[in-house]
Amino acid sequence: MSKIHVTTSVNGDAMEFLCDPRETLLDVLRDRLNLTGAKEGCGTGDCGACSVTLDGRLVCSCLVLGAEAEGKEIGTIEGLADGEALHPLQQKFIEYAALQCGICTPGILVATKALLEKNPDPTETEVRYWLAGNLCRCTGYDKIIRAVMDTAADMRADAKETS
Amino acid sequence: MVEVNLWSGLRALADGHETVEVDGSTVGEVLTGLAAAYPGLKDAIDAGVSMAVDGRIIASGLTEPIKPDSEVYLLQQLKGG
Amino acid sequence: MPKDDVKTENFRFVGTRPNRPDGLDKVTGRAKFGADASAPGMLHGAIVRSPHAHARIISIDTSKAEALKGVKAVVTRADFATDVTGENWNVLENVMASDTALYDGHAVAAIAANSALVARDAIKLVEITYEVLPHVTDVDAAMADGAPVIRAGTADKSVPAGLHPNVVRYHDSGHGDVEAGFAEADLVIKDHFRTEATHQGYIEPHACLGMLGGDGKGELWCTTQGHWNVQKICSALLGLETSQLRVTASEIGGGFGGKTTVFIEPVALALSRKANRPVKLVMTRSEVFRASGPTSSTSMDVKIGMKKDGTITAAEGVFRLQGGAFPGAPMEMTAMCAFAPYALKNVHQVGYDVMANRPKQAAYRAPGSPMAAFAVESVIDELCGQLGLDPIDVRLKNASKEGTKASYGPRFGRIGLVETLEAAKAHPHYSAPLKPGQGRGISCGFWFNFGGETSVSLALSMDGSVQLMVGTPDIGGSRASLALMAAEELGIPYENIRTTIADTASLGYNEVSHGSRVTYASGLATIEAARDTIKKLCARAAAKWGIDADAVSWEDGCAVPSGPNAGDFDPLPIAKIAASMGRTGGPIVGHYEATPEGAGVSFATHIVDAEVDPETGKTGIVRYTVVQDAGKAVHPAYVEGQFQGGAAQGIGWALNEEYIYGADGRLQNDVFLDYRIPVASDLPMIDTVIVEVPNPGHPYGVRGVGETSICPPLAAVANAVSAAAGVRLHELPMSPPRILEALEKQRDG
Repeated sequence: MSKIHVTTSVNGDAMEFLCDPRETLLDVLRDRLNLTGAKEGCGTGDCGACSVTLDGRLVCSCLVLGAEAEGKEIGTIEGLADGEALHPLQQKFIEYAALQCGICTPGILVATKALLEKNPDPTETEVRYWLAGNLCRCTGYDKIIRAVMDTAADMRADAKETS
Repeated sequence: MVEVNLWSGLRALADGHETVEVDGSTVGEVLTGLAAAYPGLKDAIDAGVSMAVDGRIIASGLTEPIKPDSEVYLLQQLKGG
Repeated sequence: MPKDDVKTENFRFVGTRPNRPDGLDKVTGRAKFGADASAPGMLHGAIVRSPHAHARIISIDTSKAEALKGVKAVVTRADFATDVTGENWNVLENVMASDTALYDGHAVAAIAANSALVARDAIKLVEITYEVLPHVTDVDAAMADGAPVIRAGTADKSVPAGLHPNVVRYHDSGHGDVEAGFAEADLVIKDHFRTEATHQGYIEPHACLGMLGGDGKGELWCTTQGHWNVQKICSALLGLETSQLRVTASEIGGGFGGKTTVFIEPVALALSRKANRPVKLVMTRSEVFRASGPTSSTSMDVKIGMKKDGTITAAEGVFRLQGGAFPGAPMEMTAMCAFAPYALKNVHQVGYDVMANRPKQAAYRAPGSPMAAFAVESVIDELCGQLGLDPIDVRLKNASKEGTKASYGPRFGRIGLVETLEAAKAHPHYSAPLKPGQGRGISCGFWFNFGGETSVSLALSMDGSVQLMVGTPDIGGSRASLALMAAEELGIPYENIRTTIADTASLGYNEVSHGSRVTYASGLATIEAARDTIKKLCARAAAKWGIDADAVSWEDGCAVPSGPNAGDFDPLPIAKIAASMGRTGGPIVGHYEATPEGAGVSFATHIVDAEVDPETGKTGIVRYTVVQDAGKAVHPAYVEGQFQGGAAQGIGWALNEEYIYGADGRLQNDVFLDYRIPVASDLPMIDTVIVEVPNPGHPYGVRGVGETSICPPLAAVANAVSAAAGVRLHELPMSPPRILEALEKQRDG
């Protein structure tokens, strides 16, 4: 089977690659573009470790084909920080010890950023249900939820200041 | 002589004794002494045993000292996860 | 060590909450886990697995697979060492079947190809002729007359005569006279309990990248809790000299005991040797469930006698565990942990290790202990309920203390069970009012904790900063805790210390990161290595000042004269000594190697509030509090994290997680959709209370914390659910169908 040529944009950078029609977007990110931040935890869209955004929409990259990236804008964990400056979520996760092994962390950060862009003032329940598709086995979610809630509060306060 | 308490699964291999006496001033010496006095125990000891000496659990070390009046228990080898 | 040698106060760094050193890598996606490595010319491996629970392998025909374009190597059992014995034989037989497939998913052959998709296509082309045999997956069924025999002759000499050949090990311990004790009791309750197998559920599947040359030299990158152990086992299975194989541990995406052994690493190396190319091998999630190491399933009988005043007069337990098609179910741990929290005159526990057609079990956070607590703490709860006694007061009345003869024999040293019970009793959670339909449950839990072989090296850079080399993969935040302990000893800032997990070629032997041993044993070794370094630093200062080495002390990161008589010299900071070390005697490196034996046992008490929906059978966890003795919390945020993580896994085990086998012996729920672990919307915040009763065996009193936190939740949740539903549940998980069935039975009966 011959490969498909795909032109796309990842974290604002133009990229192109060849992929087998059966490769998922996750395979392509990790094996062809060397962006190993998204992880394969299950391959069936149940764990969220592969979370990325596709034209701003939160998706499991293991459920998207590599060929579907054609002409789209993809957002991965590697694009969260702005050069040296970490995203407030990243900074808070470190401070609050909201990660232990860290395998779920990229997916959770991408998912949470998407939540806060949609809803800057979520309740604890809303955060928990939004993140229900991101499995974490180490933390019991407690410190993660606290980090998200407090970052949301910080970001709202910053937005107020600058407005 | 040190008095060693065996778990009941081992008693059949030590002529039915619940406690046995052997010579030894370290864990290693006591284990060697046990295997020599009761050859039936050798397989269990080789498979791996832990020892509790005066309440301290010795998972595998042979050089830990044992006093004649120490309370010594033979335990199945402890493993974690 | 004597109690006076344990430092319990005046800490500068230990007990604080600095940012972890690997934090930046992990929040940016830069950290490299098992599947994140690649090598030039790399091939991709895939494994052919048995679709039968039990079958003789008649023939394996790989010709069609080998003919597929892109396939570069094929291996079967014939490509592994033949002189392997003992536990190594068990591991090898599990890594790749010899003549019999022993469980659904058992590896029988493997392929390496130039892409993952080709490898996946190729394994479908391998033709295997099987003779399907009768199978058994249930622990009690596997012990019964007529059960299919897994492997005759496997039982060891401890097993009493007359038992089925599937019973391979036996444990029997205790003291006193339980019959006399039961006769003294005002109430005796005996109950039967069952728990199904669960999986550690780490989100990162097993993954490795191996390169093995025909010259017997190899490199292996893998996600593991113990790379020296991987080195040892792979060398044996491939007929290599141990030191010729260098193993590097990647960052690990969860282990909890499931990554303390090998499954695919020897296969990657065998494929690599055959193809003479590096081979990357990663398990799919389905393979992880079917063919890595879940826990044992259990069948347990517990009988406890209690007086009206709450005194436990006798306790007896029989614990049957199946550990898959190999010996090793941790039944002696179950037996020894079961009654450990209680000071008992009369106690007796028996354990059976049973084989069945299931994958080879592996450790899961305090292996064997959670199941025991489920049974024992449920019966104690029943007794308290029927006698009208407070559950914490009863536990306090019978609690093990320093000097108590443990249920498994020896006397306890300094322990903190009573302190956790008292803290739980005083906690606002315990006296908070319950809403209608809610129930509260409590439970104690116990775990041994471990020491193990440990080597640590601490080297100075010329600017006075420090490289700390340890060999225990960081599975819970230990790099931060170890750096804190080094900072405490050296008196230099935490940020000046970089902790690295060295590979097997760069440091002495290290036992696996398991048994809650890392903060204890690597910590103790780090402290000793730092003290060794300080001795060397002081000697350099002494030489410079022209005084005796024992006239020099170390304070706040500087060498200082130890008294006015030693001389009048300004403090000499570590950076100054390091800058000239090459010319004053050579590089300065401190080190320490030992198998520390002094890990303290630890206890916990959990409080849970639950509510049950009588229409759907669904349980909501409303409130959860963990109280656990940590000895000394080096980095409190990571201690809290262990408490919360263990509780969450226990909640999943209690309410939803189970291995479901079909009548054909095949695993039905090998994906996360159907093997349901707790998600964020299932849980409340989990409150934590760190109790500190110092362990005399560690310079700072540290006790392991990682495992004990999973011991109480099964029972605590069961007690809460039983109270909320108004009916006692004896089988885990207490999934909605089971709860509805129990409610219906109660209504009808």
